Amino acid sequence: MIRYLEKTGKNTIWLLEDLGRMGVFLAFALGGIFKRPFRFSAMVRQVRLIGANSFWVIFFIAGFTGMVLGLQGYYTLRKFGSEGALGSAVSLSLIRELGPVLTALMVTGRAGSAMCAEIGIMRNTEQLDALECMAIDPFRYLITPKFLATIISVPILTLFFNVVGIFGGYLAGCGLLGVNPGAYWTGMEQSVVNQDINMGIIKSFVFALLIVWVCTGRGYFVHVIRGAGFGAEGVSRVTTQAVVLSSIAVLIWDYLLTALLL
Amino acid sequence: MSQTIIQFSKVVKAFGSQVVLDHVDLSIESGRTTVIAGPSGQGKSVTMKLILALLRPDSGQIFVAGQDISRMRGKALNAIRTKFGVLFQGSALLDSLTVFANVALPLEERTRLSRAEIRERVFSTLGQLGLSGHEDKYPAQLSGGMRKRVGLARALMLRPEIMLFDEPTTGLDPEKSMEIYQLFLETQQKFGYTSIIVSHDIPKIFNLADQVILVNKGRFNTFASPEEIQQSELPEIKSFVQSTMGDIYLSREME
Repeated sequence: MIRYLEKTGKNTIWLLEDLGRMGVFLAFALGGIFKRPFRFSAMVRQVRLIGANSFWVIFFIAGFTGMVLGLQGYYTLRKFGSEGALGSAVSLSLIRELGPVLTALMVTGRAGSAMCAEIGIMRNTEQLDALECMAIDPFRYLITPKFLATIISVPILTLFFNVVGIFGGYLAGCGLLGVNPGAYWTGMEQSVVNQDINMGIIKSFVFALLIVWVCTGRGYFVHVIRGAGFGAEGVSRVTTQAVVLSSIAVLIWDYLLTALLL
Repeated sequence: MSQTIIQFSKVVKAFGSQVVLDHVDLSIESGRTTVIAGPSGQGKSVTMKLILALLRPDSGQIFVAGQDISRMRGKALNAIRTKFGVLFQGSALLDSLTVFANVALPLEERTRLSRAEIRERVFSTLGQLGLSGHEDKYPAQLSGGMRKRVGLARALMLRPEIMLFDEPTTGLDPEKSMEIYQLFLETQQKFGYTSIIVSHDIPKIFNLADQVILVNKGRFNTFASPEEIQQSELPEIKSFVQSTMGDIYLSREME
């Protein structure tokens, strides 16, 4: 019993320490925005890595997601004789839910893991210490450009995902299954309102912040995270942990934001 | 009479229940060479990180150039850090940047020099350290010895008053080690910095050190000469000397 209490107490202390660390990390990363000189070119490079380089992945995933939605939506709606509502079903699902969530999960897997591993390796090889010793703030130099680039890229990728997905739904529904194209586009136009688009954009901003916070934070603290181990193994474990934690955080916040914004 | 540039006053540092430094005092004089040696895991790296304020002491004070850095932060700490140049054990070069970009980094970030001036200073320093023609290579394309030299070039760019060398010859063969030590001596004579060498072994430069500090079980033992260490009656020092130093006069011949 005492051992159980001891273990629970220790775990709680670790959790609080970790949360505190991550909170301070977030404050420093956002504080880096106001520090000069601002590293504009580093941010643009990160936008290319996180955003532009994800173009084709997002294109294929969005296209096939839209096509699947078109197929599934068509067979469900046909049962109620309302195939004409396919446009609104596909577009609302994408704009409000699937676009932001799937884009966020894709960015986590593609760019989040890379950011975590990069910073983790820099920590392990004393590159972050070297920056500090040269009186170069690692947040301003390294972390803040990644924060800004992710916050810029994810909403743009989400919008791109939505557009490609809607065309994917059109291709499956109208091109393959014979839904009237006029009904598809009119249904979408009539059902999608500004509030839906705003919800999607707000979600994508929040998801972007969660992804970059968790992924860079785990990499930055690879040397103090309990049970992470050392060296290459430590980095690999922390990267896995970062991807899992960001994905869970995205899904939890998706529910919370939907409940709040509906 | 040289001035004290780094001073520890009753410094305590523990990680959990493990006390690494236990009320230690230390004094390093400017312009001289101090070797901090001792077995692995006894607090040498912690001492170095405390000097650089990468770690903070649990109690006690650390003075650099007369200023207490133990609780210092922000701009004041940055101003102190510009006094330091550090050569890390693994060189700690930014591996996504070329040799040129690595060496130019402190100048780009910490000075207002023009691109042309930065270029000139970087090329000149790389030339002095025998690295001409390697400017566009990445750290992964260099040998261990070359990486150390690039690390040294980067550390020297801001003309530091104090140079810290963390395990400078680990992973290098004896010939390359001597080459690196020779480079230390040359650059120290040229730039006149205070040199602090941290090593788990007794380095070959030992005879040229003005002061040797042996770290053992959280305590510092300061010696003025290698002979003084050899004559020490402390059992831990005796055992360390026997296992690492061997014939000290051999190292003098090598120099």
